[in-house]
Amino acid sequence: MLRRLGSGALAIFGVTVLVFAFLHLVPGDPIDHLAGGEATPEQRMKLEHCLGLDESAVTQLTTFLGHVADGTLGHQCPDPEHKPSVAARISSVMPHTIALAIAGMLVAIVLALPLGVLAAVRRGTWIDTVATVTALAGIAVPMMLFASLLVLVFFAELGWFPGPTETGPAALVLPALAVGTHLMAMLSRMTRSSMIAVLGEDYVRTARAKGLPESRVLFHHALRNALLPVLTVAGMQFGSLLTGAIIVEKVFARPGLGTTLLEAISERDYPVVQGTVFVIAVIYVVVNTAVDLLYGLVDPRIRVA
Amino acid sequence: MSAKVGGVMLAVFVIFGVVGPWLAPFDPAQIDLAHRFLPASTMHWLGTDSNGIDTCSQLLWGAREALIISVSVVAISATIGLAIGTLAGWYRGVVDELAMRVVDILMAFPGILLNIAIVATVRRPGIGVIIFALCANGWVGYARVARGQVLALRERDFISASVALGASGPRVMVRHLLPNLVGPALVPITFGFGAVIAIEASLSFLGLGPQVDYTWGAMLAQGTAFLWKTGFRTYVLVPGLAIAWVMVAVNLLGDGLDPHRRGTL
Repeated sequence: MLRRLGSGALAIFGVTVLVFAFLHLVPGDPIDHLAGGEATPEQRMKLEHCLGLDESAVTQLTTFLGHVADGTLGHQCPDPEHKPSVAARISSVMPHTIALAIAGMLVAIVLALPLGVLAAVRRGTWIDTVATVTALAGIAVPMMLFASLLVLVFFAELGWFPGPTETGPAALVLPALAVGTHLMAMLSRMTRSSMIAVLGEDYVRTARAKGLPESRVLFHHALRNALLPVLTVAGMQFGSLLTGAIIVEKVFARPGLGTTLLEAISERDYPVVQGTVFVIAVIYVVVNTAVDLLYGLVDPRIRVA
Repeated sequence: MSAKVGGVMLAVFVIFGVVGPWLAPFDPAQIDLAHRFLPASTMHWLGTDSNGIDTCSQLLWGAREALIISVSVVAISATIGLAIGTLAGWYRGVVDELAMRVVDILMAFPGILLNIAIVATVRRPGIGVIIFALCANGWVGYARVARGQVLALRERDFISASVALGASGPRVMVRHLLPNLVGPALVPITFGFGAVIAIEASLSFLGLGPQVDYTWGAMLAQGTAFLWKTGFRTYVLVPGLAIAWVMVAVNLLGDGLDPHRRGTL
């Protein structure tokens, strides 16, 4: 348990240093872009000082780690006094992305479980084939194409759901479908193979032999055990929903971490790029560590030493 | 069966990637504003885009672009990964510990985020920057496979025999271990092709790709930007289905090659 927490902390530290290193050691001058062509040398100096670029790499890293510790993640330049801290800018958009990722997760699980269970129970029939083709399509079709098609069909043609730039819970439906489909495809295949494995176990045969109705065998005995690995993978994939959200937010013009990251990249706003990448990485590591630990609680056979 | 279908589909992609630019009827960068948004015709088989560029030519040049990037990234990543994994598995100890810590960190967060962070540092990323960014974490999967295999192989008799005969460490690794890694590496290599094309498309879509108009990702970005334009809506299907084609190919092939996964798709 402590070991797992330790490796999680190490991963976050490693990620921080890695992102820092790439942003700062790769040649390229953010000052040119931020200050514009007509900046006076004094303005450039001031900006350089604000970004901390006049310090050594080690000092810059410790400064950033300090900003992580005090929770501001740094300040935006120029004029740091008049702008919110990086953390404030990120936390103002974060709920949008988290909501999208959670909705995507729900979509994936709600669609994947029936599809996987049906495919396993009706193995080798046309239902299985349909499930297989659906999963393959979910994996193969690029997310931006699928998202665009959703907009085209359900917003532009049918008008069933709100389209891009709109807000409210109904506006979350199409983006959530777009974000969740890839994971849905993965989970439905896992549910199928996990169900097939469990249905071959002795205790399922025992349950059938003692005359339990098939529905009780399926849902009480088999599915409960088959679900465990599926839900673990679902938890581990929460991070991939966050990165998927970057693409979907662009298609639907939604505010969020992805939109903020892309804005910051095009403005060469390194403190915000660094902060956003850091926040996404931390969520990813924290969720994965939590899933790992929970898995041990639920299934004592694989408790981490 | 499905592996064969996947293999054929992948071969079609490779063939078009190699000969596509010669087949392309037009220059994929030649802007012709007088002929924008044209529907499909005998002159322009797939119509033209918002700059009047022939869509079919873009698609074929895009296949070349995708092939160059995916082959380079997979070749470089696999070479680095297999080398690091072999060294870690053979020497164990500090080398192994160090390599696996780096692997752990790179696996600990979404790879595309690192790719974005690297590409973001360059104003106008060329194809080389994209390849570098994708290799930066692309080698990790191969290193894990190689290390696992080497840890198992080193206990086998033929390795002990060659050590007993006086073979040096490097000789054992190159002559005896590497040939045995090619088979297990085939599955991650196959899936690697698809992953590279998907990530490259995502980067291009986000405006972080190589600065040319005819990558499939850039075409997707253009297609989604003009979705509102009736008559141009099918444009987005061209690059989208091209990417889906490669993804289906690698999934069918990779699945068939993998003894553990055989039959799951």
